Amino acid sequence: MLRLSRSLHALPARVDTSVNKTLATLATAALLGMTPVAHAGEAAPLAADPVVEARMIAISEELRCLVCQNESLAASHAELAEDLRREVRSLIRDGKSDAEVRDYLVSRYGDFVLYRPPVKPTTWLLWFGPFLILAAAIIGLIAYLRRRASLLKPAALSAADRAAAEALLSGDSQPTQPKDQA
Amino acid sequence: MKRFLIPLGLFLVLVVFLAIGLNRDPHEVPSPLVGKPAPDFKLQQLAEPDKSFSPADMRGQVWLLNVWASWCVSCRAEHPLLVAFARQGGLPIVGLNYKEVRGDGETDVKKLAADEETTLTRQRAAAWLSQHGNPYLLSALDMDGRVGIDYGVYGVPETYLIDKKGVIRYKQIGPITPEALEKKILPLAKQLAGES
Repeated sequence: MLRLSRSLHALPARVDTSVNKTLATLATAALLGMTPVAHAGEAAPLAADPVVEARMIAISEELRCLVCQNESLAASHAELAEDLRREVRSLIRDGKSDAEVRDYLVSRYGDFVLYRPPVKPTTWLLWFGPFLILAAAIIGLIAYLRRRASLLKPAALSAADRAAAEALLSGDSQPTQPKDQA
Repeated sequence: MKRFLIPLGLFLVLVVFLAIGLNRDPHEVPSPLVGKPAPDFKLQQLAEPDKSFSPADMRGQVWLLNVWASWCVSCRAEHPLLVAFARQGGLPIVGLNYKEVRGDGETDVKKLAADEETTLTRQRAAAWLSQHGNPYLLSALDMDGRVGIDYGVYGVPETYLIDKKGVIRYKQIGPITPEALEKKILPLAKQLAGES
C-alpha cells in the first residue's frame, strides 16, 4: 500500500489527463483489491469477543504505553502494547474487574502507566497544587485591591473650594474669584 | 528595585524546575518492583533444553538477571562489559532471553509451528552468544514475553539485582554503563553479600 501511494506522489504534477484517468482507475482497483488482503491478518484476533474487546479498549485508553509514552495502550502499535493488550484481554476473560486489571499493570510498571495519577500523599501537591496557587493568587489580589482602594480615597474639599463649587452649581452669573487668589 | 524581585524569584523557580525536567530521562520509569520479591517463573534453559530455571534456584546468592535478545542493538553495547565482568567473577549473571523470535520485528510467529519457534530461538540466541561471548551462568527462554511483563520489562536490555532472599534491590533500565556498574551495582552488591 505504502509503496503504491509513494509512487503516485512521485509522479510529476502535470500529466496528460487520459494518463491520469487510467492511473486513477488503476489505483482504485489496486486499493479495492488490496485492502482486504492487507488487513485480513491483523483483524482476526480482535473480533473474537466484542464485549471483552470493548472493555479492553475502555481500560487501555486510560493507560500509558511505556514505549511510546504519549500514546495510550489502546492506540499504540508498539509490540509491548500488543502484548499488554493481550494480557488485559485474558485478565478480563478470567473475570477480573477493571480495577484489578489496572492494579495488575500498576504493580508491574508503576503509577506511571495511569494517565490519571491516584490521589495519595506523594501526589497531593500534584492534585491540589493548582488550587494552592489559585488561593494564593486570590489572597494577593484582595490584598492589592484593598491597598489600592485606600490610596485612591478622594481628598476632602476645603470650605473655600466647596463654596466656589456651590456658587458655580447654583448658576450664579457672576463668577466669583476664589478668595485665596484675590 | 523591590518590585522586580518577585518576578525574578518566580522566574528562577521556573528555571530550576525546567532544568530538573530537562535533565531527567522520561524513558527511565522507576520500577515498583524494587524492594519486592522477584516474580517467580519457570522457563526452559537455552543450553540444556531438558532443564528449566526458576529464580528460587538462586536463593542464597546475590545475582543479576539480565534481559537480552539477539535483535537488541543496545545489548550489543553493554555486552562486552558483562563479559568482562563475568570473567572477573563479579556476580553470577542469569540471562533472560526475551522474545528472541517474536521481538525481532520481522518474523510472524503465527506462521511458525509450535516447536519451530523454540528451535529458531535456540539457534539465534546460541549463535549470538558464541559470536559476542557468553557472560551468563545460564539463559532462560522467555519466548512469548510473559515473564518480561511480570518483571515490568518495557525495553531491552534491563537488568535486575536480586538479593539472597530473592528480593529485587535495583533495576537498571537500558544498557549497564561502567559508571552504573561501579557506582551503583557493585557497592550495593557488596552490601547485599554481607546480609544474611
